[in-house]
Amino acid sequence: MWKFIVRRLVITFPQIILLSVLVFIMAQMMPGDALSGMIDPNIDPAAIEKQRENLGLNDPWHERYVDWVGGLLQGDLGESFRFKMEVTELVEQRLINSFWLGVATLFFTYLIAIPLGIISGRWNDTWGDQLITGYTYIGFATPLFIFALVMLWVFGFQLQWFPTGGSVEPGLTPGSFDYVWSKFQHLLLPALSLALIATVNTVQYLRSEIVDTKQKDFIITARAKGASESRVYNRHIFRNSLLPIAAFFGFEITGLIGGTVFVEQIFGYPGMGLLFMESILLRDYTVVIAVVLLFGIASILGALISDIILSLVDPRIRIK
Amino acid sequence: MGFLEVEDLKVYFPIKGGLFNRTLGNIKAVDGVSFSIEQGKTYGLVGESGSGKTTTGRAIIGLNDITSGKVLFEGKDLTSKKSKTASVRKDIQMIFQDPYSSLNPKKRVLDIVAEPIRNFEKLSKQEEKKRVQELLEMVGLSPESILKYPHEFSGGQRQRIGVARAIALKPKLIIADEPVSALDVSVQAQVLNFMQDIQKELNLTYLFISHDLGVVKHMCDEIGIMYKGRYVEQGTKQDIFENPQHIYTKRLVAAIPDIDPRHRAEQKQFREDVQREYEQSYNDYFDSEGLAYGLQSVSDTHLVALPEKG
Amino acid sequence: MSEKLLEIKNLKTSFRIKDDYYAAVDDVTLTLNKNEVLGIVGESGSGKSALAFSVMGLHNRAKIEGNILFKDQDIANISPAKLNKLRGDDMAMIFQDPLTALNPLMIVGDQISETLLLHKKNMSQKQRKDRVISLLDQVGIPYPEHVYNQFPHELSGGMRQRVIIAIAIANQPELLIADEPTTALDVTIQAQILDLIKDLKDDMNTGIILITHDLGVVAEMADRVAVMYAGQIVEIADVHTLFENPLHPYTRSLLNSVPNTQEGQDKLHVIQGIVPSLSKLPREGCRFAARMPWIDESVHEENPVLHEIKPGHFVRCTCHKHFYFPDESKEDSNHGVS
Ligand SMILES: Nc1ncnc2c1ncn2[C@@H]1O[C@H](COP(=O)(O)OP(=O)(O)OP(=O)(O)O)[C@@H](O)[C@H]1O
Ligand SMILES: Nc1ncnc2c1ncn2[C@@H]1O[C@H](COP(=O)(O)OP(=O)(O)OP(=O)(O)O)[C@@H](O)[C@H]1O
Ligand SMILES: [Mg+2]
Ligand SMILES: [Mg+2]
Repeated sequence: MWKFIVRRLVITFPQIILLSVLVFIMAQMMPGDALSGMIDPNIDPAAIEKQRENLGLNDPWHERYVDWVGGLLQGDLGESFRFKMEVTELVEQRLINSFWLGVATLFFTYLIAIPLGIISGRWNDTWGDQLITGYTYIGFATPLFIFALVMLWVFGFQLQWFPTGGSVEPGLTPGSFDYVWSKFQHLLLPALSLALIATVNTVQYLRSEIVDTKQKDFIITARAKGASESRVYNRHIFRNSLLPIAAFFGFEITGLIGGTVFVEQIFGYPGMGLLFMESILLRDYTVVIAVVLLFGIASILGALISDIILSLVDPRIRIK
Repeated sequence: MGFLEVEDLKVYFPIKGGLFNRTLGNIKAVDGVSFSIEQGKTYGLVGESGSGKTTTGRAIIGLNDITSGKVLFEGKDLTSKKSKTASVRKDIQMIFQDPYSSLNPKKRVLDIVAEPIRNFEKLSKQEEKKRVQELLEMVGLSPESILKYPHEFSGGQRQRIGVARAIALKPKLIIADEPVSALDVSVQAQVLNFMQDIQKELNLTYLFISHDLGVVKHMCDEIGIMYKGRYVEQGTKQDIFENPQHIYTKRLVAAIPDIDPRHRAEQKQFREDVQREYEQSYNDYFDSEGLAYGLQSVSDTHLVALPEKG
Repeated sequence: MSEKLLEIKNLKTSFRIKDDYYAAVDDVTLTLNKNEVLGIVGESGSGKSALAFSVMGLHNRAKIEGNILFKDQDIANISPAKLNKLRGDDMAMIFQDPLTALNPLMIVGDQISETLLLHKKNMSQKQRKDRVISLLDQVGIPYPEHVYNQFPHELSGGMRQRVIIAIAIANQPELLIADEPTTALDVTIQAQILDLIKDLKDDMNTGIILITHDLGVVAEMADRVAVMYAGQIVEIADVHTLFENPLHPYTRSLLNSVPNTQEGQDKLHVIQGIVPSLSKLPREGCRFAARMPWIDESVHEENPVLHEIKPGHFVRCTCHKHFYFPDESKEDSNHGVS
């Protein structure tokens, strides 16, 4: 198993390098200098050319690439052209916010998916299953941003159960209980909105996994041993069906990234997704590039986590 | 010069492992096999699961790469690069083990049977259809079947479709890899009879791979027994069944269930004797790695794997 | 000696296809004694597994009518809790396909241990493990301590089949149903497994139902044989009678289609047609009639029943008196009773 993990880790490096090359090429195609953010793309072309020369930006591409990567490794993501501050600094708080939003969303996703999937799979083709399947179809068909807007309108504005923007009430001391509580409240509605839509995949997957496992021959073997129905389900069917779900975990992370862009936008929640949209609108290319790079790394790590979990839980891989 | 001659055939599969999937060693799936078949005869290849029967068959027809050795078909060397010509390949066809999975379920019978024809000959749609209908009639299926899909047929009928495909190019040699293992006795009988009929009709030669000695005895003229990639014994049907020499062959023969319940006690006794002999004389028949020795001849037709004398 | 263990009376097991129920086991009556091997033979689709599953109560959505008396208790109509007490303990089953009958994500030791856990409540974990290891040893698995911790995919087909047998015999059942226990195996391993089953019978007095389509296996193992066709028993007799004096056309056809290892006959007998699918089974008259079209239709009974020809030898329908193979003349077919 460790061999599998090591091999898998070894593959991750070229993936990340490929990602960095792609991002680098993308940056080259943007006006000004998207990597350092030190040139205003809106000034006169002759002046740009002069500044480029001064900053060493007309050096051969591979030298610039190495420079850039060297900077990245030291935590230097360049400078935001709009905010005139280090991108690293700008991103830090946003990253933390997005991280918690992600954790909360995943938590709700599984909190909803596991019971619904189990009920729907165990008693398939009953009215309960039909109800749940109906929900998943609606979930598939509903665009996330519309659903999030409705949630915001109903629970934020009409019922006023939740705050309608930001990530924390202004004026609270960081670290105090009120501060944490307020953060939590701000998180809840966007996370729930995202989870309610994102979970339908997992519900469906778990349901079909259970329905499938139910018909396997080894379930008959278990019954023939004299195992009661509940034991058959708990020890054989659920266990075997939940393992693939666990392996799905990493891919959920990848899926989340897309979701946060919409949801943060709608709830005005200052995370990476919102930053991404803002900086595109402001043509703050350095930040766009940094966010794309971080999203890319998160996806690669997500896939890595999936494979590692799979190798941990599935003996057919574990042995190798 | 025999019709098909296999000389010291070896097929090794690399064992990959370690961090970077380097080759660590070889599985010697076929390890120095030689035999020859005369035209119009049926040669049986017998052995337990994993002994290398399928690999041998696939290597002859060119589906597995040969590590070393020669395959001569009508005097032409199939292993040398330049003779990998279509005309020889056309003369050798294969029937596969499982009639339920060896036919593509999404294709119609017409397309399945016509596939080899399309590879080797240019026929118009009309001619092709006629050919396929003739072939189906020959294997005892109605010509209207061409538009059906495999799932609409029973196991025996499907195996017939496989046979129709194999004889489409009028081959001279058919490699039949466990053609009846997945079938009921009654269907098995149907396929076996039929294979014998077309053999006479088309003067076919069979390499008949099976682990069922009863079927092999019924079908084959000569038999080779394989164990872990090597031959342990080869001879005519009489040599193998009436005068088995190698302990492994004896064990195989003893293990065949006897269809007459009156022989139960004798059979049990026989099996116990063979088992005892097997345990006692194991070292006389297998080398230190548990592999068979080279073949020594005990009569004109009969070869047995025994250590060199002296 | 012949103490009754299992008594099946007029069993009918029906599956629902679209809106109708079709009987895959149709009016089967059988008995099995202790220390007896009853062989059940028949082509694929004749209802052998459906019968076995009915006895074990393993059908999910089938309609089961009739009685199944196991030690005088009707197990066709008992509560799931009571049935679970019997299954795996007093009665057990060996399944047809060793490749799929084990949980791929559980070590084999735990899979065998589960049977003990369910029925031997006062065994300690240590005792269970010891017992599992001795079972693995008993079914001829080398290095049982090592195999205990292995997953099914690490074992060959023959090894997995032995694990399945170990599960079945763990609690020394009184009734063992073996559904094609050796079909997936090489002859040498088959011989070993069959010996194992024989030993079990001798050691524990177990009554065994051995389902197979290999007539050689039946000839070697069974005390009595039932031949099934299209959900019905068409002939039942002790093994010697059945092989020496088979009467029903189906039995005779089956026997004639086996490549005989003793003398090389030239042509094998082929039974015409195929076993009809469940929804197309003839429900009236002799079910085998369609597969011997050269025989005059008037020789069949209108409602074929089992006739006792000799004590213990039953044959369905009267058509056997007039049956002959297409390549022999009517005269030399007058064999057996007439
Ligand atoms: N493509 C392959 N790569 C690696 N190993 C292989 C490959 N094909 C076959 N082998 C190995 O070669 C050996 C011989 O296999 P082969 O399929 O020829 O046996 P067989 O006698 O046909 O057995 P069976 O009766 O089960 O079909 C086996 O150990 C098998 O695992
Ligand atoms: N769950 C089911 N639902 C519907 N039909 C079924 C079901 N199980 C079996 N059948 C049908 O019942 C008939 C008898 O099947 P069964 O599995 O008992 O045959 P068998 O004699 O065991 O055959 P084999 O030798 O192939 O195992 C077949 O026609 C089969 O298709
Ligand atoms: Mg093979
Ligand atoms: Mg069956």
